[in-house]
Amino acid sequence: MILDIKHLDVSLSGQTILDDITLNVADRTMVGLLGPNGSGKSTLLRTLWRALLPDGGAVLIDGADIAKMPTLEIARRVGVLMQDDGTDPRYTAKEVVETGRLPHRSLFGADRDPDDPVAEALSAAGAGQFADRRIDTLSGGQRQRVLAARTLAQGTPVVLLDEPTNHLDLAAQLELLELFRCRGITVIAALHDLNLAAAYCDRLHLLDRGLLVASGTPEQVLAPELIGAVFGVAAAVTTNPLTGTRAVHIGPRHNTEGTS
Amino acid sequence: MEAKATATAFAGPGDPRRRARRWIWVAAGAIVLLVTIAGVLVGQVAVPADAIGSIILSHLFGLPLYATEVQDQIVWDVRLPRVLAAVVVGAALAVTGVVIQAVVRNPLGDPYVIGVTPGASLGAVTAIVLGTGIGILGIVGSAFIGALVAFVVIVVLARRGGGWAPGRVILSGVAIGYLLSAATYFLQIMATPAQLQRALFWTLGSIAGVGWVALPLLTGITVVGCGWLLLRARWLDALASGPELARSQGIPVGRFQVELMVVAALITACVVAVVGGIGFVGLVIPHAARFLVGAAHRRVLVASLLLGAGFLPAADILARTVLAPTELPIGIITAAVGAPLFIAQLARTDRRAPA
Repeated sequence: MILDIKHLDVSLSGQTILDDITLNVADRTMVGLLGPNGSGKSTLLRTLWRALLPDGGAVLIDGADIAKMPTLEIARRVGVLMQDDGTDPRYTAKEVVETGRLPHRSLFGADRDPDDPVAEALSAAGAGQFADRRIDTLSGGQRQRVLAARTLAQGTPVVLLDEPTNHLDLAAQLELLELFRCRGITVIAALHDLNLAAAYCDRLHLLDRGLLVASGTPEQVLAPELIGAVFGVAAAVTTNPLTGTRAVHIGPRHNTEGTS
Repeated sequence: MEAKATATAFAGPGDPRRRARRWIWVAAGAIVLLVTIAGVLVGQVAVPADAIGSIILSHLFGLPLYATEVQDQIVWDVRLPRVLAAVVVGAALAVTGVVIQAVVRNPLGDPYVIGVTPGASLGAVTAIVLGTGIGILGIVGSAFIGALVAFVVIVVLARRGGGWAPGRVILSGVAIGYLLSAATYFLQIMATPAQLQRALFWTLGSIAGVGWVALPLLTGITVVGCGWLLLRARWLDALASGPELARSQGIPVGRFQVELMVVAALITACVVAVVGGIGFVGLVIPHAARFLVGAAHRRVLVASLLLGAGFLPAADILARTVLAPTELPIGIITAAVGAPLFIAQLARTDRRAPA
């Protein structure tokens, strides 16, 4: 599905969080949102599934304005993997993933998908082994797999990931992004790790204090001057010998002034 | 599935617990049945079991009656409606406790917190002490109206400022509860000794007065309410993880929360108006149910219904027998049994929590 984000303005308690954001997300691409803390990445994601209403502008999914869409229709199109989403720890992993099927259940509880999307999502996310364990007995990484499985089970053509690789070790970070990438769906991910973003995303958008300052391929966006200025660091960019994608190296700004 | 073998070693409800659960359902059902039978058997006048059987069969199917007229009156007019009322009221209070806890996302949720119990108490005591004015409504009618008015006030206070904040339900519920209690106590001080006796009995709850008129009404609203809730059990699961998550699964959260509160308030208002302020059932039973069957609401609702339906008739038997021939208000029994159960559970979860 194609996402059109048009002139989005968001302010929270009088403070401007997003200022005139316009960007397009092509079908079946993986898009990274980059920017320091407070740059508006999470807020942008929240407006994309109408958890937040913008003050101005619109979000269109395949041409349809989500402001006019019933909550259920949004949930059938857009899945979300949030940070610290408050999932009740007394539930088992399988029960948590089952809630992802809610948009596809009829009133009397039957799932409209005859296959078993819950089991499929659990095993795809590598959470099959602890399907019957309670969430509060799982490690942070295992828990994140369960939450990813819930988002997968929702079976939406668009998925929003808000810093999905937190709590994950190195291998699990790659696995998680690959998990969503290989589904052939539209993915928009807020990412802290610039190298992961370079390796997995087709396009990147760089936010700085609510403004969209750069959009393009990883090669275009991950420019040393731009990264340095936005993140307040000194940056150098090389090529990752393993993946052939951009690799960003950073150092403290005051030591390496002018050496980028 | 290969996953299940590894899951058994953990505290969560793995496969053996699922098998154990089947027995929990059977046991809970059997307990409800046994307690109901015991409730009809036990009383100040001994009525033989075969006479009881004959009385019930003669009323239901018109078979000949092999019992005296007095026995017939005791069993059919007094004991049976009372025991059945205890079953229904226990189930209703337990299930609404589950719902209120889910909406306010707080383990302290019960009919007291949403104002229904203190509101009903004030309504009933007003009717008892002041008599006229709302005398047309009677005690039950005034209690019902008191319950709904208190509920609406608490919801309005909790919703103020645009959003719905579950924490505010508890806060305003506690504050309004104290205020209403103060008014109730004030009225009781102005009451004559006879009025005070009635008021006290009402406040602590009694199912002695439920006859064949009120019983179908209570049963009807409880059955309809529980049926609707069971259809919405999975929505309750999503809501347990917070409104934000529930909305991401396509649930119209604001409307759903209001629907839940209104259903819970209506059921409890009907129940409490008839039987008085029976405490602790709505608080303790849902926790016990979760302990037995896990967190998923499609199981917690049914388990709470069964446990409540077994617990209250048992408490009623105690209320009738502990100080026989004097009868205790059933609220004393439910609190005396429920509070230690609640504390025991608190101690258990304390130990299990990570350091």
